[in-house]
Amino acid sequence: MRRSSTTAAPGNQLESPVLAVAQLRKAYGGTTAVNGVTFSVGHNEIVGLVGPNGAGKTTTINMILGVLEPSSGTISVGGVDLAANRSRALQHTNFAAVYAPLPGNLTVYQNLRVFGLIYGVAGLRARIESLLAQFELERFRNVKCGVLSSGEQTRVGLAKAMLNRPRLLLLDEPTASLDPSAARDIRARIHESVAQGSTGILWTSHNMYEVQEVCDRVLFLSRGRILLEGDPRTLPAEHGKESLEELFVTVAREPLSLGEH
Amino acid sequence: MSMTRTLAIVLRQAYLIRGSFSRMFPLFAWVAIDMILWGFITRYLNSVSASGFNFVPVLLGAVLLWDFLVRVMQGVTMAFFEDVWSRNFLNIFATPLTVTDYLAGLVLSSVATSAVGLAIMLALATTIFGLSFLAYGIMIVPYLMILFLCGIALGIAGSAAVLRMGPSAEWFIWPLPALISPFAGVFYPIATLPAWMQYISAMLPPSYVFEGMRAVVAGEPVSLISALWGGGLAVLYILLACWFFTRTYRYAVRTGLLARYAAESAA
Repeated sequence: MRRSSTTAAPGNQLESPVLAVAQLRKAYGGTTAVNGVTFSVGHNEIVGLVGPNGAGKTTTINMILGVLEPSSGTISVGGVDLAANRSRALQHTNFAAVYAPLPGNLTVYQNLRVFGLIYGVAGLRARIESLLAQFELERFRNVKCGVLSSGEQTRVGLAKAMLNRPRLLLLDEPTASLDPSAARDIRARIHESVAQGSTGILWTSHNMYEVQEVCDRVLFLSRGRILLEGDPRTLPAEHGKESLEELFVTVAREPLSLGEH
Repeated sequence: MSMTRTLAIVLRQAYLIRGSFSRMFPLFAWVAIDMILWGFITRYLNSVSASGFNFVPVLLGAVLLWDFLVRVMQGVTMAFFEDVWSRNFLNIFATPLTVTDYLAGLVLSSVATSAVGLAIMLALATTIFGLSFLAYGIMIVPYLMILFLCGIALGIAGSAAVLRMGPSAEWFIWPLPALISPFAGVFYPIATLPAWMQYISAMLPPSYVFEGMRAVVAGEPVSLISALWGGGLAVLYILLACWFFTRTYRYAVRTGLLARYAAESAA
């Protein structure tokens, strides 16, 4: 399922990475949640952001989504500075997260229509029909999202996330709470959706099998810092571990042994 | 500002109201009950009053205008509370939507819902109790505008307060009009109030509306300066309310309140 990725591609809009984060820091009083994080996501690249609970993954994603102001550092989406041009930067960004379901009191179609208008999607009706078909949601078109199963809600959230054909897609544990079969199905659909375009994806997960399967590159976050970075298939061996999961456990329990300063 | 994004907020509200009896019913039910209750009270007062004074334009008209202000305020807060209740802030604000787009959407939603309430009230008050807006002359237009602006200001300020304090703070917001009404002189001249209350009345745009309305009905000259003053105050309060909301939103983005908005996290 792994694809080839590019960090630079021809054409004006592909000159800069879809996401460039530099020296990002977020502190709440005396507590530093994210501390000097720098990374980028290239076009057609899937980057995994992993780490133990409280490592700063969701804080980082919230800052990239513009709903949390960094204490310092910069975020640039497709070359557009988020702090200076928030609305323009978010025009080509989208996200799906298990903790942010779409309003349960609107139907699938109504939710897609409302968010499609907010994102200014051209040819919205056709786009919605296409996504309903792609995520097999046609029969739920007029069903309120609140009564759908976890898997169905995840598919609706992903359809929303694909509405504006985002250059940058943020997926915060998109397969959490799904059974292995449904999770595999969701991963396949995400791949299918981004295969034709040049979308860059930042993907957080606690499932190391999933990260190894889908990500071109992985960033290990611990205590608000990026501790390790590399190919999820070769990184464990580079650090004397048998699997990505074993490496994850080491990051979570003994980050100093991996060179945290 | 983007009109498409603003209309998305209005459309969301239309979908919610269209598909829910519990949202549609209050648009007309409570104002209809108010009209009927106060209509019969004024009819009774007319029958027992020896002076021949017509209470309909003064009392029933006042209730209608006050209810209009309340409906305008609730039109804004209800649309805002939909995002609170469905915990939708992360979805809605992690988009190109700006605060201006959002507030404009809340205001337009309120225009639509309060227009329904006003139409119902007018229909009942006119057909059953003989109230006519013609009794107030041309001044009814600026008076309605002042009350509309004041209701919008209250709604936006109330929404900002809930954004800052959390969903449970909505119980502070519902009684706001009742808190203001004694000072606004809805049913009695401001001169009735003690001096300290009159100072507060002078700062409230509805006071100028209800004083003016009574003057029109009594055949006394209407002060255009008063109406302008009331309108100016209403515009000032709208600007202050928008500033308050924007400031609260920025606070919520800075502190992480917006990203983790819930009754438990907002304190």
